[in-house]
Amino acid sequence: MPGKMKRNYGICFAAVILGFLLLCLLFDTSLLGKKAVYFNGLIVIGMFYTIIVCSLNLLTGYMGEFSLGHAGFMSIGAYLSAIVTTLIKDNMELPSLVLFLIAILVGGIAAGIVGILVGIPALRLSGDYLCIVTVAVAEIVRVVLSNFGIPAITGSATFGKSFAGIAKVSDFHYVYFTMVICIFIMYCYIRSGYGRALISIREDRIAAAASGINVTKTKVLTFTISAFFAGVAGAIYAHYITTLVPTYFNFSKSAEFLAIVILGGSGSMMGSIVVAPILSALPQLISYVVPAFASYRMLIYAVILVAVMIFKPTGLFGGREFSLPNFLDRMLGKNKKEKG
Amino acid sequence: MAEERVPVLESKSLGIQFGGLKAVNDVNLQVYKGELVGLIGPNGAGKTTIFNLITGIYKPTSGSYFLNGKRMNGLKTHQVVAEGIARTFQNIRLFQKMTVLDNVRVAFHKNMKANLLQSICRTKAFWKEEQETTGKAMELLKLFGLDEFADQYAQNLPYGKQRLLEIARALATDMKLLLLDEPAAGMNPVETAELKESIKMLREKFQIPILLIEHDMSLVMSICERVYVLNFGEVLASGTPEEVASNKEVIEAYLGMEEDDEGGAADA
Repeated sequence: MPGKMKRNYGICFAAVILGFLLLCLLFDTSLLGKKAVYFNGLIVIGMFYTIIVCSLNLLTGYMGEFSLGHAGFMSIGAYLSAIVTTLIKDNMELPSLVLFLIAILVGGIAAGIVGILVGIPALRLSGDYLCIVTVAVAEIVRVVLSNFGIPAITGSATFGKSFAGIAKVSDFHYVYFTMVICIFIMYCYIRSGYGRALISIREDRIAAAASGINVTKTKVLTFTISAFFAGVAGAIYAHYITTLVPTYFNFSKSAEFLAIVILGGSGSMMGSIVVAPILSALPQLISYVVPAFASYRMLIYAVILVAVMIFKPTGLFGGREFSLPNFLDRMLGKNKKEKG
Repeated sequence: MAEERVPVLESKSLGIQFGGLKAVNDVNLQVYKGELVGLIGPNGAGKTTIFNLITGIYKPTSGSYFLNGKRMNGLKTHQVVAEGIARTFQNIRLFQKMTVLDNVRVAFHKNMKANLLQSICRTKAFWKEEQETTGKAMELLKLFGLDEFADQYAQNLPYGKQRLLEIARALATDMKLLLLDEPAAGMNPVETAELKESIKMLREKFQIPILLIEHDMSLVMSICERVYVLNFGEVLASGTPEEVASNKEVIEAYLGMEEDDEGGAADA
């Protein structure tokens, strides 16, 4: 690893640990008092939103294709991981961390497999047509879940059209590091030969093929990775909320994820990371801070969306990345120059 | 030309039909090692269509073509590139919102060995290969005088430099044959002269055969060793630039009309 990169990774790692300690300070001490549980929930939801929005950004921002079906992949991850952990929970005692790891792996792999199966035929299409296919897939999953329900496999959970009694293992300590690792993997994917190939396809598909890039393979791979992380987010959601209702994963959920990607700036991971937790918590916060506005919260949400699209059509970060090490360099660099 | 040698590129009665239109019909081309061959003809004669056939963007409906004796029909574009045919485009197709350096690095991807797991885990092998690729890409950029623009977006390059970057990207694919589609289109005389120097440098340094589509007759006549003239999808004539230029059919079909343009260009 080149020395400069080593230093940059070190700075980012330090920032991650600092963020974790800050969260621990807020929620593991009695600093927030009774409100801690409430804010804890907002933070966990914000973190799984960050994962799924980043995964969608892989498609929208870097591959240049829209998906309006990410709630579908999320629901697959949520339901499958919940079924598996419920089965395990009833038969043996496992520490919550192990159960959590099993949940996110099962959720991710299940959604990833569906991603491959859908991706291979669907990625022959692009643009509007692909978008419609993703909507269709998500709707099929939702309709199947709401009509067939889950067969009663064990005693401890309520089965049927809604699914209750899932183990609550999505502790924010685990979720935080899961989020960091997910983002790191996606970042490394983009900043590698694979990522360059991916972006070249977004820029010009024919020229990418003429430069030796296997366009179909790269697209299916990216679609699968994106679905995998959507599944991970679904698993985190299931094991935090503990009750799954198929209607949660409807079309407007997919649209919400896409809206956050566009707001943060498609093609900017940092945009997604900053905007996803804020927007996921915003409706809750509005009704919490100003209870009188509670019924207008979706309106406020919409106004913000419209305003950003008018004043900054490329999204808040506009396809640029914010680099903490470079930012620090700029702050410190000035001092260095003055000395020299 | 010594006929017993195996041509780098050979097409045998290559053709494609769009509905009732024979866009390319019964074309026999040979490009030998180290040669610079021109492909000229009036607009709509099927020159770019031949490029699209050779690079697998279109599938030929008749005939076949060979690279170093290997039949290439039916290969997909990225497979054709892997076999060793690289091209540039008539209307520049760069990766606009990628840096100049990344435009070239993309073309190295097919030969990179770091797999997905290594890339994500950032292993030593990944970093080493990444550095090597950057080094090789910078060398190529230096050849075309583009190294100072390495960190800029490709869309911010001046027009002539964009053309050169496209050639640099094609070279990065490590090819055995280079197809240049109207590299001088839209260039001013200074840029055309620069391009001419670059092509000469390419041939001396890499010794690769080039098939060149070009409307700038003075460029074709001065650098090509052989020329094929295409009209209505068929080869009208072939030979050295002098032979072709004095061919009556060619003059009737093409050069007679083109001479006015050329005079105009020379005045400007």
